[in-house]
Amino acid sequence: MNHINAIIRRELQSYFATPIAYVFIVIFLVMSGVFAFYFGRLYERGQADLLPFFNYHPWLYLFLVPAVAMRIWSEERNRGNIELLMTLPVKRMAWVIGKFLAAWVFVGLALLLTFPMVISINYLGDSDNGVIIASYLGSFLLAGAFLAIGGCLSAATKNQVIAFILTVVICFLFLLSGFPMVLAFFKLFLPQFLVDVIASTSFLSHYTSITKGVLDLGDLGYFALTIGIWLYATVVVVEMKKGD
Amino acid sequence: MIECSHLSKHFGDVKAVNDLSFIAHQGQVLGFLGPNGAGKSTTMKMITGFLPPTVGNIKVCGIDLAEDPVAVKNKIGYLPEGAPSYHEMKVGPFLQFIARMRNIPYAQQQSAVDSVVARLNLNHVYYQKIDTLSKGFKRRVGLAQAIIHDPEVLIMDEPTDGLDPNQKHQVRELITTMSKNKTIILSTHILEEVQAVCDRAIIIANGAIVADNTPTEMESVSRYHHAVSFVADLDTVLLNKIKDMDCVRDVTYNARLKETTVFPAQGLFIFDEISELLKQQGIQVSSLKMEAGRLDEVFRNITQPVQKQEVKR
Repeated sequence: MNHINAIIRRELQSYFATPIAYVFIVIFLVMSGVFAFYFGRLYERGQADLLPFFNYHPWLYLFLVPAVAMRIWSEERNRGNIELLMTLPVKRMAWVIGKFLAAWVFVGLALLLTFPMVISINYLGDSDNGVIIASYLGSFLLAGAFLAIGGCLSAATKNQVIAFILTVVICFLFLLSGFPMVLAFFKLFLPQFLVDVIASTSFLSHYTSITKGVLDLGDLGYFALTIGIWLYATVVVVEMKKGD
Repeated sequence: MIECSHLSKHFGDVKAVNDLSFIAHQGQVLGFLGPNGAGKSTTMKMITGFLPPTVGNIKVCGIDLAEDPVAVKNKIGYLPEGAPSYHEMKVGPFLQFIARMRNIPYAQQQSAVDSVVARLNLNHVYYQKIDTLSKGFKRRVGLAQAIIHDPEVLIMDEPTDGLDPNQKHQVRELITTMSKNKTIILSTHILEEVQAVCDRAIIIANGAIVADNTPTEMESVSRYHHAVSFVADLDTVLLNKIKDMDCVRDVTYNARLKETTVFPAQGLFIFDEISELLKQQGIQVSSLKMEAGRLDEVFRNITQPVQKQEVKR
């Protein structure tokens, strides 16, 4: 635990020691505003909710979160730091969890900085803050799932660009796996029950049900499981790839 | 103490390390020598628990690395090749981070950091970012993180590579002062370094040990052992005269440096004879010395035949 704390602190300091943190936060805040007001027509809808704001988060995360995740491990391997880390008396799991949590806290911080949205919508009308809180939780979980995937792929390659592209593609597939277009493709060669399994892995369907204010254990468990599996995969990949 | 028995590491078809066994005792400074790609770094990476050996067994201070890797890592301080670190961090916070990760109790962390900062003269770069430091300072930061927990075993991959002569001297002095109660392994291809700090040298070529001895004994195998060198203007007549002496096996003359080297016949001591002869002939000698032996020549002799065989295959 002490190790994980130290890793999180160090990672967070690193984010803010470089321009990454500021660029990410500014772009995230600007883009989420642009999406909500221009494409989501937050004002014109005349409803005091933040649905247009949260609806665009998956698409915003699709490009911004892989940019945070791509450096988690590939940078360590590139600089040769991995040799230093892996010879410290610390379990590999602690590194994987610590680095993941740091990235998650960082994205969470960017998410928290969107609070003026909540204030505005409360000022404009009588909004359901329960739904808003649930939506924030859903958005945070979605970001965590993206980060867990991105972290794993970042461990698989030394090249950050490759890590970024692979993460975008895989996250995109996970987002779309509930879409009819994708399922029709799988139906061509997979039995129906496997197609149903694929359909149930869609980030989007679980995310939308949370943002509607329904905190279903299944949806929360789904994200927890996804994050857990990808973190475990990261531990394996780090071990496999560290010497390359 | 480090015990390695029958270590092998294969990367696909390549045998980077092949059946390597040795024991390093406390108080010993062991130098790994060898051409690039000989397997020095790979061996160190296996001892520090970074890479698992394909075959073989490693024990550090009596603990089996495969059984309890974390306990072994606790005993070892490691300076990887190129002294990697977090470049965006400042020296002080970086060392504090390592102290925490090294399980140093909270109350002693700051004093551990202060102590290595003082030993490696890092005081005035304490608040500087590591990527703004010179190569010498970066290397010293790397050394500082390796010794912050006062490890029983210290493993350093090319600790003085890229340092200027003053910095090399400092690092070597530090190694010598630490050597009394530690087991130290360092790799290098600077042969003078082996003479300066190591009391045992292992030459590795193609993943196997080809020589294991003290540097002094290695030198005595050299053709240059007890050879006499002097710098003076000589003519061929005199050169031939020296060559014809009974106690002389061979003579070489370096025209650029005007340096003559006289090799004695097997086991003989010819310094007096040569200096007597030069005095008789009234030759102005600007330097006259007896050689202990040249490690680089021994190194080449031992490692090159192996490489040639490799090419033939």
